[in-house]
Amino acid sequence: MKKILVACGTGICTSTMAAKKLEGQLESRGLKGQFSISQCRVSELEFKANDFDVIICTSNASGSFDTPIIQGLAYLTGVQMNKTTDKVVEALGL
Amino acid sequence: MESMGLLRQDLVVRDLEASSDQGAIEKLATFLHEKGIVKESYINAIMEREKVFSTGLPTGSIGVAIPHTDVEHVNEAAVAIGILKEPVPFTVMASDDDKVDVKVMFMLAVKEPHAQIELLQTLMGVLSDPELLTTISEATSNREVYEAITSVL
Repeated sequence: MKKILVACGTGICTSTMAAKKLEGQLESRGLKGQFSISQCRVSELEFKANDFDVIICTSNASGSFDTPIIQGLAYLTGVQMNKTTDKVVEALGL
Repeated sequence: MESMGLLRQDLVVRDLEASSDQGAIEKLATFLHEKGIVKESYINAIMEREKVFSTGLPTGSIGVAIPHTDVEHVNEAAVAIGILKEPVPFTVMASDDDKVDVKVMFMLAVKEPHAQIELLQTLMGVLSDPELLTTISEATSNREVYEAITSVL
C-alpha cells in the first residue's frame, strides 16, 4: 500500500478538493486498493513527510525531508491534471 | 443536494470595485460578516491568510481566487461569489510570486470540510469549466450567476 499525503494551508480545504480528485484519477487508472491518502497542514509536513511515499501540495511547502513533493494545483483547476497524475504514479512506482 | 443550500443568490456580489487582492478580500469578507455568515474575526484572518497562503488560480480562461480561512471564524457554511469590476492581481497558489489577474472570487466559509465535500467538488467542477467561468464573469444579474452554476450540477 502506497501512502500519499496531501497538504494545504489549513489541511482541510484545498487538500480535501485535491485529495478527492486525485483519488478519482488513480482509481480510473485501475489503482484502487493500492494507495491510501491522508491530509495535513503544510506546517505539519516536517514531522509527517517521512512516513509517506509522496506529498501533493497546494501551498508552498518547506522543511527538510526526502519525500518527493508534487505541486497539486492541477487538481483544483483541471489544467494539466493527467500530467500531474503521471508524476504521482511515477513517484509511487505504480 | 447539500451543496445547493450553500450556494445562495444573495451571496453574489457583482461589480466589486477594488484596487488590490487585499482590498477585494476585505470587501467580500465584510459583506459575509454583515450577512452574519462569519464572525468579525474572519475579515482579518482571511486577509492575513492570503498573504501566507495565496489562493489565485490560473484556470483555462478567467482568473479565479478561492480565499478562505480557519473554521473557527465561521458561523454558517456558505460560499460568496465576488465578481470584480476590473480584475486585480492575486498571487498564484503555491507559488512564490507568480501573479494571476483575478476576475471572480469564490470566498469559502467552511465549517466542516468533510461534510461539505459535495460543495467543494461542485466548486472544482466550476473552476475547471472555462465556459461557465466566462458566463459567471459576464453575468448581469445574481440569478444568472446562480442559474449558470446550478445548471451544471
